[in-house]
Amino acid sequence: MSKKTIVNFKLNGASTDVMVEPRELLIHTLRDKLSITGPHIGCETSHCGACTVDIDGASVKSCTVLTVQCEGSELLTIEGFAKGGVLHPLQEGFTQEHGLQCGFCTPGMITRAYRLLQENPSPTEEDIRFWMAGNLCRCTGYQNIVKAIQYAAAKMRGETVTTSHPLMAELSA
Amino acid sequence: MIPRPFEYHAPTALPEVIALLGQYGDEAKLLAGGHSLLPMMKLRFAGPGHLIDLRKVAELKGIALVGGEIHIGAMTTENELIFSTLLAKHLPLLAEVARQIADPQVRYKGTLGGDISHGDPGNDHPAVMMAMDATFVLAGAHGERLVKASEFFHGLYDTALTPGEVMTQIRLPLPPAGTGSSYAKLKRKTGDYATAAAAAVVQVKNSVCVQARIALTNVGPTALLAGDAAASLVGKTIDEAAIGHAAALAMKICDPTPDLRGDEAYKTAMAGQMVERALRTAAARCAI
Ligand SMILES: Cc1cc2nc3c(=O)[nH]c(=O)nc-3n(C[C@H](O)[C@H](O)[C@H](O)COP(=O)(O)OP(=O)(O)OC[C@H]3O[C@@H](n4cnc5c(N)ncnc54)[C@H](O)[C@@H]3O)c2cc1C
Ligand code: FES
Ligand code: FES
Repeated sequence: MSKKTIVNFKLNGASTDVMVEPRELLIHTLRDKLSITGPHIGCETSHCGACTVDIDGASVKSCTVLTVQCEGSELLTIEGFAKGGVLHPLQEGFTQEHGLQCGFCTPGMITRAYRLLQENPSPTEEDIRFWMAGNLCRCTGYQNIVKAIQYAAAKMRGETVTTSHPLMAELSA
Repeated sequence: MIPRPFEYHAPTALPEVIALLGQYGDEAKLLAGGHSLLPMMKLRFAGPGHLIDLRKVAELKGIALVGGEIHIGAMTTENELIFSTLLAKHLPLLAEVARQIADPQVRYKGTLGGDISHGDPGNDHPAVMMAMDATFVLAGAHGERLVKASEFFHGLYDTALTPGEVMTQIRLPLPPAGTGSSYAKLKRKTGDYATAAAAAVVQVKNSVCVQARIALTNVGPTALLAGDAAASLVGKTIDEAAIGHAAALAMKICDPTPDLRGDEAYKTAMAGQMVERALRTAAARCAI
C-alpha cells in the first residue's frame, strides 16, 4: 500500500500543508480537503478545462495532476483573484461582457485567461481563441468570453474600458 | 477515476532515477508530464506499483545548439518548444507540430520525451522525429546508447526502451541549406488526435529535390516512415505530379485502425491528402 505523505504548497498566497495518498488528484485535494471548490470537475478526463488552476506559472488541469507533484509549488485558483472585496479585471470583464451563463466553466476560464494575459498582455481575438482552446463552454458560444478577456486585457494595460454589452451599458448609465 | 495505489518517488538526479528503475524493474513507471500516463492510470489501463517523477531532474531540461545538432532535454514541454527562439531560428517544424498537439493546458505539462516514449501511434512527435532523422539518447545502468527515430518505434506502446532505461535527450541534425519542412494534421477539433497527419522534410537544389523524408501519424501501429514516397521525389522537381505520385505511394503503406474518426479507406485517403499538403508547404519553404 502507498503511504500517506504531507505535501506543502502555497495556495493563493498561504502556505498550506495537506496529507494525501500519492494517488490523490489535485482537484480532489482542493475540493474535498481544502474547501477550494472554484475549480470544477467537468469531464474528469482532461478535456474540458473546468478544473484549471495555475501552478508555478502554468495553466494546468487539476484532474490530471497528482497532489504530490505540487510539493513546493505556488498554486492560484479563482479564490485568489478578488483582493479586498475588489474584483480582478477578469472577473469584472466576465460580468460586464456577460462572459458566462451558468458559470460552470467560468473559474477555469478566468484562471486560464489570467496566465494568457501574463504571457501576452495584448492578444488578438485569434490569439485568445487559440490559447483558450483548452476550456470548453456549453452556454455562451464563446463570443462574450472573448470580449470579456479583451475587456480585462485593456483594463490591465491601464486603458479606460466600457462594456460592449447593451444591457450592461444601460445599467451603469 | 482514481488511480490504483502506488508509491511515489521524486529523485533529483539521473543516477537516482536509474537506481530506482533497477530496484523496481517493471513495477516502475516514469512520470514526465503525466498527460498520457495519468489518464491511463485513472482508467486503470495502467497500474504501476512505483511512480518515478522526473520533474526535479535538471539534466533532462533545456534546448541547446551543440555543433551541428540541436539537443533537447526529454522533459522539455510542448510550450517550451513553441516559445523557444533557438528552435524558431533553426527547427521551426518543432513549434509547428507542438502548436497542433492537444490544447494549451496539456502543452504546459506534456513533454517531448513523454510524447515519444509513450509509443502511441496517435502522438504527433514520432512522425516528426522520423522525418527530421532524430536520434534519441537512452540512459540506463549500462550507460548511454543512441537509437535512431526510424528504429525506435516497434509497435503499439512498444519502443526500443527497455524497463531500466530513461530517454534523456533528443538530438536533431541542423537541416542543410535549401531545406523546407511542414507538418499537416487533420483533426476533428482542438485537443483531438490526428485522423491522419504527415510530416515532410525536403531539400531542393537548383529546383530539384535532392533529399526527402516523409512520415505518417496514426495510420498504423506506429508512426510510419514513407520511404518509397520520399525516394520518388529525389531527382525531380516537386510539382503537382510528383506530389500526387508520392502521396499515392505513401497511401500504400497505410494500415489504419477504424474508429470514430473514420474507416480505413477514409483515413488512408486523408493520409494521402496530408502528404500532399505537407509536401506543398515544405517545397514552398525551400526557397533561400
Ligand atoms: C486532451 C488531450 C489531448 C491530447 N492530444 C494530443 C495530440 O493531439 N497529439 C499528441 O501527440 N499528444 C496528445 N496528447 C498526449 C500528450 O501530448 C502527452 O503529454 C504526451 O503523449 C505524453 O507526454 P508526457 O510528458 O505527458 O508523458 P507521461 O504521460 O508522463 O508519460 C507517457 C509514457 O512515457 C513514459 N516516459 C515519459 N518520459 C519518459 C522518458 N524521459 N524516458 C522514458 N520513458 C518516458 C512514461 O513512463 C509513460 O509510459 C493529448 C493528451 C490529452 C490529455
Ligand atoms: S475536469 Fe479536468 S479537464 Fe475536465
Ligand atoms: S457558462 Fe455555462 S458552461 Fe460556460
